Amino acid sequence: MRLALVGTSHKLAPVEVRERVALDGAAASALAHELGAAGLEAVCLSTCNRTELYVVAPEGEDARAAASAALGRLADDDLGPHLYRLTDEAAALHLFRVAAGLDSMVPGEGEILGQVRAAYEGGACGPVLDKLFRGALHAGRKARTETAIGESPSSVSSAAAALAQQVFGELDGRNVLILGAGEVGELAARNLVSRGANVAFVANRTPERATALAERLRSRPLALDAVADELAGVDVLVSSTSSPDFVLTRSQVEAVIGRRRGRPLFLIDLAVPRDVEPAVGELDGCFLYDIDDLEAVVAESLAGRRREAERAETIVAAEASAFRDWLASLDVVPAIASLREHAEAIRTAELAKAQGRLEGLSASERRTVESLTSQIVNKLLHAPIVRAKEAAALEGVGYADALRHLFGLDEDGRDAHPRRLPGQ
Amino acid sequence: MAELLFWPAVLAYGEAAVAYAGNVRYPVLGRFATWGVRIGWLIQTALLVWQAVRADGFPWDTWAGSLNLFVWLVVGGYLVWGCKPRYRLLGLTVMPFAAILLLASYVGGGAETDGSRHLSTAFLVLHVGLVLAAFAALTLAAALGGLYLWEERALKLHRPGLLRLRAPSLLTLETLGLRTVAVGVPLLTLGMIAGFVHRASLDPQIVVTLVVWALYAGFLVLRPRGRRAAYLQLAGFALVLTAPLGLLATHLS
Repeated sequence: MRLALVGTSHKLAPVEVRERVALDGAAASALAHELGAAGLEAVCLSTCNRTELYVVAPEGEDARAAASAALGRLADDDLGPHLYRLTDEAAALHLFRVAAGLDSMVPGEGEILGQVRAAYEGGACGPVLDKLFRGALHAGRKARTETAIGESPSSVSSAAAALAQQVFGELDGRNVLILGAGEVGELAARNLVSRGANVAFVANRTPERATALAERLRSRPLALDAVADELAGVDVLVSSTSSPDFVLTRSQVEAVIGRRRGRPLFLIDLAVPRDVEPAVGELDGCFLYDIDDLEAVVAESLAGRRREAERAETIVAAEASAFRDWLASLDVVPAIASLREHAEAIRTAELAKAQGRLEGLSASERRTVESLTSQIVNKLLHAPIVRAKEAAALEGVGYADALRHLFGLDEDGRDAHPRRLPGQ
Repeated sequence: MAELLFWPAVLAYGEAAVAYAGNVRYPVLGRFATWGVRIGWLIQTALLVWQAVRADGFPWDTWAGSLNLFVWLVVGGYLVWGCKPRYRLLGLTVMPFAAILLLASYVGGGAETDGSRHLSTAFLVLHVGLVLAAFAALTLAAALGGLYLWEERALKLHRPGLLRLRAPSLLTLETLGLRTVAVGVPLLTLGMIAGFVHRASLDPQIVVTLVVWALYAGFLVLRPRGRRAAYLQLAGFALVLTAPLGLLATHLS
């Protein structure tokens, strides 16, 4: 069996090309099953950054051709220069890297693992793709647990949330005040909410926008002039107004510090020009991060992810190598099956020939003879079968061909796909 | 026999200290550090058991012996939660300290079992054991306070690599420090009561211990937060250091 991958991704194709072959989950599954109906194993992985078809067929060229044709139909065009075509171990390694987030725009991003799982579940899997995708999911999880590739934040809003966690630990029940009802503030707020925080207030110069965002975040709108007063009860403030002046000054924060009774206050200033007077960060228990500080955290974090990616590469390479060995061992399976069948035929034929001489035996003695002959056959075949499987991973199908030749399996017509030995 | 157990314990603690330092850059080393602490502590436990079996009486009545027991208590306390990946930075403050003190204990003869000094009453054994356990808890609280101050400073200065270090959160350190003091103060109180039962008199050693007790009892009552709490934990530890363990042993003998 041969595995082929044909696909395109953000590395080879611009978005105008990727969007032509992008499929939602149902369409990807339908495409896989369409190929499955033609007797192939197929899985289609389609995300915003890639569309890939994994196809298994008895011959590699058939698999590649089927996948290329399917993608070409999707694009209504020849995608030639934008496509990559990989086979067997290279295709497996590619999928394992994808699952580990090593082929993503942001190394180690976590969403891809779920997308690989969804593609696998919607695919037309046989034994090869089943093994391949289970291996990929395992490699993806292993890369994330054994390295820190997916741990550090990769965006400004996730960096802000991670820093808030560095101050408070779990964010469950922590109160957040959003100052400015723009998209940037909402994104940061949603990141905090996804980690358990509660948006207590939304304040904005335009009350209608504050109310609208407050409704979306299940929060309460707040007048701008009441912000300083409410600071006593909140843990995190996210500010992103378009005000040209400071919206929150040191004296305003200082006035409520006493009422906070030592509780820390984390301030995220995403606005340019800044909303929060920098001197606020000097106050005891106040931690102020502006957009530059957060971008520095993200840059460091991405550099860290790239360092961890090197370790993750080793992990996925080992997993891909194990898959290659397994795939190679499949090539000797027909030869091994033929060999077993051949040996069993000889055993039963010889027993039949000896039938006359065995007539005097009791039922129990006959069972003993049956068992004895089976054991002899099994013991004789054990070592060649194990060696043939091992050798398949290292040297291809040479041993399988040798088995066919030595035992005359082809001559008996037991092997539907005879191969010639080199030099024959 | 003592040396056969002592040196592996020091080596394991030293290895843990080095691995904790390496863990800052290479997180995979954290596991080696954790195992160094565990193995070192088990070996030191075996050393203490061996000393207890071989000695005629209480074997840790010298300053060096007390130091040996003190290190064992500190590392034991650290093991309660310190092996979690989040607390590995704390190991960087505890394990070098443990390795050096254990070495100092060896130089002072703390791993030996011979000697004629014995503690005269069960109250005294209780006194030394409880006071050392309390000091061990307060030492850990100081380490937590130190880590709090370092992390708070890193957050104030916006050090971008802070998240990579996977340190415990500030509030976690604060809560844990308070809990550790809350364990140490009752132990110190009981240890002091046991000491007074044995000898109801005031000497400089007892005065210092009383001041330590008053500071931490005040800490528990007032429950300061943030930097103030961390500074108080460190100040209390400085006082603990002024109550040399040798004096403790001296006034017992």
